Amino acid sequence: MFCKCAARASRALRPTHPRCGVLTLPALSDTVSASGTSWSHWTYKRESSNSAWSSKVPQIPTWEPVAENQLPPPDLVDKLERLALVDFGSKEGVDCLEKAIRFADQLHVINTDGVEPMDSVLEDRELYLRDDTITEGECAEELLRLAKHTVEEYFVAPPGNIPLPKREERSAMLKHSEF
Amino acid sequence: MSASSAASRPAAMLGLSIREVSQALRDGRVSATELCRKCINQIQRTRYLNAFITITEETAMEQAQRTDSRLRTGKKGIPFSVKDNFCMENIETPCASGMLKGYVPPFNATVVQKLLDQGAVLVGKTNLVEFAMGAGSTDGVFGPVRNPWSYTSLYREQSTEDPDSDWAITGGSSGGSAAAVASLSSFLALGSDTGGSTRNPGSLCGVVALKPTYGLLSRHGLIPLVNSMDVPGIMTRSVHDAATVLRILQGRDERDSTTVQAPSTPPRLPEHFDIRDICVGIPKEYHAPGLSKDTLAQWSRVADMFEQAGARVQEVSLPHTQHSIVCYHVLCCCEVASNMARFDGLEYGHCSKVDSSTDAMYATTRHEVFNSVVRRRILSGNYFLLKSNYERYFVKAQQMRRLIAEDFKNVFRTGIDVLLTPTTLSDAARYSDFIQEDNRTRSAQEDVFTQPVNMAGLPAVTVPTALSHRGLPIGLQLIGQTLQDWKLLTVAQWMEQKVNFPMIHLHGESNERELNRSVRERTHTIGS
Repeated sequence: MFCKCAARASRALRPTHPRCGVLTLPALSDTVSASGTSWSHWTYKRESSNSAWSSKVPQIPTWEPVAENQLPPPDLVDKLERLALVDFGSKEGVDCLEKAIRFADQLHVINTDGVEPMDSVLEDRELYLRDDTITEGECAEELLRLAKHTVEEYFVAPPGNIPLPKREERSAMLKHSEF
Repeated sequence: MSASSAASRPAAMLGLSIREVSQALRDGRVSATELCRKCINQIQRTRYLNAFITITEETAMEQAQRTDSRLRTGKKGIPFSVKDNFCMENIETPCASGMLKGYVPPFNATVVQKLLDQGAVLVGKTNLVEFAMGAGSTDGVFGPVRNPWSYTSLYREQSTEDPDSDWAITGGSSGGSAAAVASLSSFLALGSDTGGSTRNPGSLCGVVALKPTYGLLSRHGLIPLVNSMDVPGIMTRSVHDAATVLRILQGRDERDSTTVQAPSTPPRLPEHFDIRDICVGIPKEYHAPGLSKDTLAQWSRVADMFEQAGARVQEVSLPHTQHSIVCYHVLCCCEVASNMARFDGLEYGHCSKVDSSTDAMYATTRHEVFNSVVRRRILSGNYFLLKSNYERYFVKAQQMRRLIAEDFKNVFRTGIDVLLTPTTLSDAARYSDFIQEDNRTRSAQEDVFTQPVNMAGLPAVTVPTALSHRGLPIGLQLIGQTLQDWKLLTVAQWMEQKVNFPMIHLHGESNERELNRSVRERTHTIGS
């Protein structure tokens, strides 16, 4: 279940029916059943007796759960392209991924219950650690020489924290940069 | 062909082994400069193979001349070549990709440095598949590499088409290195082996290709593909040569924390060795669908050869072999996705002109230069590494990896010394046939016998055994126990001496007609 508010950042956290008081909220009326009725009735009664200061604050949560089927389907292709910073290029690319996944699915015919995953074939050896003494370095100039944009001893990068443009803009950007 | 008569024919000098040519250098029958010149000429003569990306003629001649002016024993003056994914100082290392075109590393890879320290002379950097991803040496920015054996009279005779369109692939990804050694342009070449990238082209080009135990050779300076499986590979024309080179290159490197202490190694392989002490295992799962008749015949022939000589030969089982390629595919894509993340254009390599944001720059840079093979592996890897998929694919593959490694351990525990298997499904395919399928499908087919070894980190060597009915080489693979590379090579040397693989004679060489007849006679007896 997803909260609609989280998906639509521009809308502030607001209940769906701002003018409704407790009793008239349709989504909650079913949940506030027999046992609830008396409480809300009592609240109502209380409110009506203090009508001069009737509380505008809703006494129970007002958010409506958002069902999964209300969301647009996750765009896996877009997600992968953003993670990898590599584009599929064409439908063929997507087909290739599907085939690769199908191929990989063969893994599941083998039973691996209780098997420890293996990270490295050297797992049963002690690896060599050298002394913590500096033996080389001072090669900043040689390394900076390899980069396209440098300023003094810095590598220069374009501004960060800017997400990749949306799909259509991205295709245009990539096409424009065709090498 | 004895060493002395060989030395009197200039062209034949190139066909000598490292041991023989070292002797010739020591005896003064040839100088390092002359030898270097011969190799460079051979490279120029065989340019159509497209085995080299960079030919370091000037530096090679300088190195050779320096060697001549000094009196030194050792591997002085031996011309060698190196796959273009090893970094070399002041030599452009594009790794067959647009991403690193123009990239000039400021350092030498450890294994290359070790050879240079011995006085070996670098003649060039060899062609490969882009970033070493693939099994054909067909997908690289510098074009495909051609198998030298498709230019022998034997092959030409049974081919009806124009040589320029009907040539065979070298296999990959170290295709250039294999072609260089096979076409006599170098006495040894370095390759890299992640899933069979040294053994596959070694087998298809008829040379000896060794993948040492993981951790024995330093990976410092080798552009990484799959950190937990990559190993620098050695290609030579004889097992003895491979052993010599292994001895020079093995050992712990301060700059590579995944290297291990090399076991103590005698100066050379034993001359006399009793094969009856050895137990050879034949894993039945290595008869995979698609295994060619010629390869199967060779496998049987050599197994019988061992048995007739008194070795114990028995059938064994590696039950998870069939699924090993799937496991490899997943782990490879995942590690590749991670390793390729470093290529963003910021600190080195190609950089796009887009500068609206770092992400936009990274994306366009990578879009501009990564070919579809590289992209697809990265995207597959990222898919398998998604939080929702991590357990189901990546961790599952790691578990499978353990099962595969255990398969080997269990077999060796029963007293088996080495395993004998085919290296590839068949001899080299024609280029026109090979490109009918995409890279991933081909890799899945070609790497079937070689990648389980990488997953277990074991040493393996491919030894050429005979020519197929198409005149192309067939090799067989021997797999040994971890860190028992020397024992493995001892058995391989025995096998090499018994199978009598013919020497290559490229079309147009003067003495080829006479020698080709004897080659044909030999292949005839082998086939029957």
